[in-house]
Formats: sequence, C-alpha cells, structure tokens
Amino acid sequence: MSEINSYEIVIGLEVHAQLLTKSKLFCGDSIAFGAEPNTHVSPITLAHPGTLPKMNKKAIEFAVRMGLACHCEIEQHNYFARKNYFYPDLPKGYQVSQHTTPICKGGIVTIKTASGNKNIRLNRIHMEEDAGKSLHDVDADNTCIDYNRAGTPLLEIVTEPDIRSADEAFAYVSEIRKLVRYLEICDGNMEEGSLRCDANVSVRKKGEIKLGTRVEVKNLNSIRNVKRAIEFEAKRLTGLLEKGEPVIQQTRSFDADNGTTFAIRDKEDADDYRYFADPDLTPFQLDDHFIETIRSAIPALPDERIKKYIEQYKLPEYDAQVLTEEKEVSDYFEKIVQHTSNYKAASNWLLGPVKSWLNENAKEISDFPLQPEKLAALIKLVDSGKVNFSVASTRLFSYVLNDPSKDPEKIAKEQNLVQQSDTSVLEPVIDRVLEKYADKVAEYKKGKKGLLSLFVGEVMKQSKGQADPKITSEMILKKLSA
Amino acid sequence: MVEKLAHLSRLRFNDAEKEEIKNDLQRMIAFVEKLNELDLDGVEPLLHMSDEVNVLREDEIKGSISREEALKNAPLHDEHFFKVTKVIKNPKS
Repeated sequence: MSEINSYEIVIGLEVHAQLLTKSKLFCGDSIAFGAEPNTHVSPITLAHPGTLPKMNKKAIEFAVRMGLACHCEIEQHNYFARKNYFYPDLPKGYQVSQHTTPICKGGIVTIKTASGNKNIRLNRIHMEEDAGKSLHDVDADNTCIDYNRAGTPLLEIVTEPDIRSADEAFAYVSEIRKLVRYLEICDGNMEEGSLRCDANVSVRKKGEIKLGTRVEVKNLNSIRNVKRAIEFEAKRLTGLLEKGEPVIQQTRSFDADNGTTFAIRDKEDADDYRYFADPDLTPFQLDDHFIETIRSAIPALPDERIKKYIEQYKLPEYDAQVLTEEKEVSDYFEKIVQHTSNYKAASNWLLGPVKSWLNENAKEISDFPLQPEKLAALIKLVDSGKVNFSVASTRLFSYVLNDPSKDPEKIAKEQNLVQQSDTSVLEPVIDRVLEKYADKVAEYKKGKKGLLSLFVGEVMKQSKGQADPKITSEMILKKLSA
Repeated sequence: MVEKLAHLSRLRFNDAEKEEIKNDLQRMIAFVEKLNELDLDGVEPLLHMSDEVNVLREDEIKGSISREEALKNAPLHDEHFFKVTKVIKNPKS
C-alpha cells in the first residue's frame, strides 16, 4: 500500500457550459432543450452554401461575466477560428471556436478542500459552438443525426493541471456549477448536458517534475461521476506504473453502470485541426466601458454572501455555507430577512421545515408555494410566543402551505393552534394531570426529577399541543415544590 | 503530403491524379513563398477582408426553417432525422 502513496495524481479539467441565451451562437435558432429532432435548424446551422453567420451579443456578455467572476484577464481583441475535422454531427466540417484566442485568460477558482481553501488556476475560458447529436440506436443500419444542438453557444473553462485528487475535482466542478448558476449564464444541468466535464488525468511519482502520459476521460454527466471516473483512472494508471507498463495517451469514456472507463480512441497521431481565422465572422473588440458595465451588473457571489451572513447576520458558518449552495435558496433567504431581523430563525426555517418539504415533494425552492413574507410572519408568530415552534413548523406549516395566500396568524387562530399561556386556563389541566399521575408525583418527590417531562408532555397532549411548554413547566415545578 | 491532405479532406485519388495534385501544390507553395521576400516584422496578420468589427446580433429567435424543408436536400433521411452510414461499429448492445 505504501507504494500507492508514493504516486501523485495530476488532473486538469475542461468544463463545457451551455450558455443561457435564447438563440444559437451565430444564428437565430432556439437552443431550448428537448425539442423534436431537427426543428431548431436554419440554413446557417445546416451550413448551406451562401449563408452568413452573425455573432450573438449576449454570448459575449455571458463569457465576460464568467471571466470577471474568475478574475481572468479579458481579451479586448477577439476573433473566431475554424477547427477543421470531419464528423457527421458537424455540418460545416469545422467547429467555430476561440481556441487560439480565448476571450478570458488566466484566472482563479477557489475551492474548499479538507485542508482549507485552494486556488485552482485557470488556463483560459473561451467561446465555441456545440455540435449536433448522433443517435446510434434508432436505426439498425444508419446513424441518425439531430442538428438542434448544433451551433449552441458553449463556454469552455480550462484549468491548469492543479487538481490533485478526485475530491478536489468534485469540489471544483461543484464550484463552477454554483458560479454559472449565480451568474445566470448556464442552468448547470449535467443530466441534460448543459454542463459537461472532461478530465485529463495523469500519474507521476511524487517529487517528479515531468508530467506523466495523460488520458482524457469523457462522458462525465454528473459531479459524482467526475469523482468516480478519476478514482478509477488513478487506480488504473498507478497499477500500470507499478507493473512497469507504459501508459498510452488515449481518450476514454466513463461507464457509469460499473464505474469503469474504456478506451474510445488512441491519440497516437496528433490531430491536425488546421486552425485559421474564420473569414465569415468579423473580429470583435471589447472596450473598457463595455467590460465595466458587465462588471457592475454581476450579482453578489457565494463568497460575498457567506461573508455577509456571518458578519452582518451573525449566522454560523455552516448555515451560511448551506444557504448559499443554491442561488435561489440564498435569494429566498434574503427576501425573508427583509421582513424579519431574526436571521437565525429565518435560516432554521429554510434549512429545516422548508428544506424537508422540498425534499419530500422533490421540488425546488422556485416551486415553493409560500411567499418569503409569509415565512417571516410565521417567524413572528413564534417570536411573539403565540405559537410554539414545534406546532408552527409542523401543523401550522402544513395548513399555511395549503392556503398560501392567507395570513398565517388567522390560520393559527382558526385551527386553534395559538399557544395557551394563560395560567388560569392551564391550572385546571395541570391539576388534572398531577392527580392522574399521583404515583409518579410521589416518585418525583423522592428524587426522580426526570419525570417532569412526562407531566409537561401530558399537559401538552391534553391541551392538544396548545399549552405553552415553558410556562407549563414553570407552573408544574412550582406546584411540585410546594 | 498529398495522401495526408487527401485523408484530412476525406478524398481519394488515383496515381495520375496524385501526381497532378502534387504539381498544383508545388506551384501554390512557390506562389505563397513569394511572401517571404517581404519584411513583415511588426505587421499584424490580416484577419478579415473588411475593416468592420463587432458585427453582432441581438439574442432573438428567428430564421429557423421547418423540418421538412431542412431534410429535403439530404441524400439520406426519414421524416425526423438526417442519416449517415453508421459511425460506430458496436453500439452498446
């Protein structure tokens, strides 16, 4: 085993993020997912002769937004190049890509690891168009092609080989997904392919400076699979080195069913893509004013929000982390705290009852029926002592969810959920309980103090949960010590 | 060289054609080599024939054609898809 530990895994990741534009990169076809095959196509997408592509302005804005969020240098003089190769899903016979002159250079993405924060350096972020989709299992004799996806704008985000473990890769892709969703430039849906990841993996002896021969693993359609594929590859490559066998530079695909990878092509002869500037597209230039306009419109990102939640709202770091995992949850939280200053209660409600409800119903916060101010109203009911938290978060919560437009306090009154703190009402109930449990009262007086909770519980039960537990317990204590 | 270019372009030539293409290529290279006579230090490559920059469009959906029209000129198709010879030998069975 010690031998295994003397190797180091070196990983570089390429993430492709499909931009949330309405139309394609160079023409006006819709990029909506799930349409009937070959219905989002135009003569430009299909590369008919004489057609002229025209660049989508929004895509540039999105690319710059991502670049600024990752602290990249923004290239002001840009052009697109053609990457030439033949494949049926590529109608033009070339892919239009900024491969040679990326719009964003350098940059950093900070990830959280077991041993603290780590900066992953970016090599570049560039724009390119997606290819169509080949379907091999529809027709026994032919490959079927759907060109709906062809021409969809992608951002390719490429790291330096700074990632050293499957866990770091997991953290990195999670961070990228979070970023693109906060920036509202990509929906981050890996199952539908809006976010895709290829991993370049190599293994070398610790202390060695030269990189080992790398393999590229494709088809990683979830963050978990990125981790699984790298774990498998690391073991396989280390095994090869252990046995003194050569690593072949190749492209491999991940099989999610059994957690292994298999070779899809060897890269023995280097690809010859013959890049050159696309004469159909004019260069485009970005001035400082344009870049600053985009910078000023970037929404508060997770790190900034975490800082605010901890410093300004005095929330524990854990709460701040979880609340900012998803932008929509964080946005919802910020709306609640516009109506209440009990920040911790707002966090507890969101991370407790609301989250459980979303999980149970397999819904997202965007589907949550309750307006943030109604949740704030629930918090106020609890804070004022009118309803206790356990009743509020269970019975009242479900009544309110059934009638989300109604005032929660009204519902609480109608359903008799308002807490009883009137001692004159509680007194006879307590007396009844203590009479019923006379033997337990005797035990209590002999020193079995734990029985207090039994009495309180019984009073709660008899009052159908309406008794204020704090006042009840104080009253019982007083009576028993009399 | 000719064979490599032919492969990249997915074209096939017989020997006579190869010879002819070789001559053509040599003439082209000789022509382009004339550029080496110029001092191009500090001259940026010309990326585009016009001086136009930032020819951009708004992000709007328009210009798509019907599937029927899209498939009409394809040599091989059905009512949904373009079709080509199978590109992978053993799809997952």
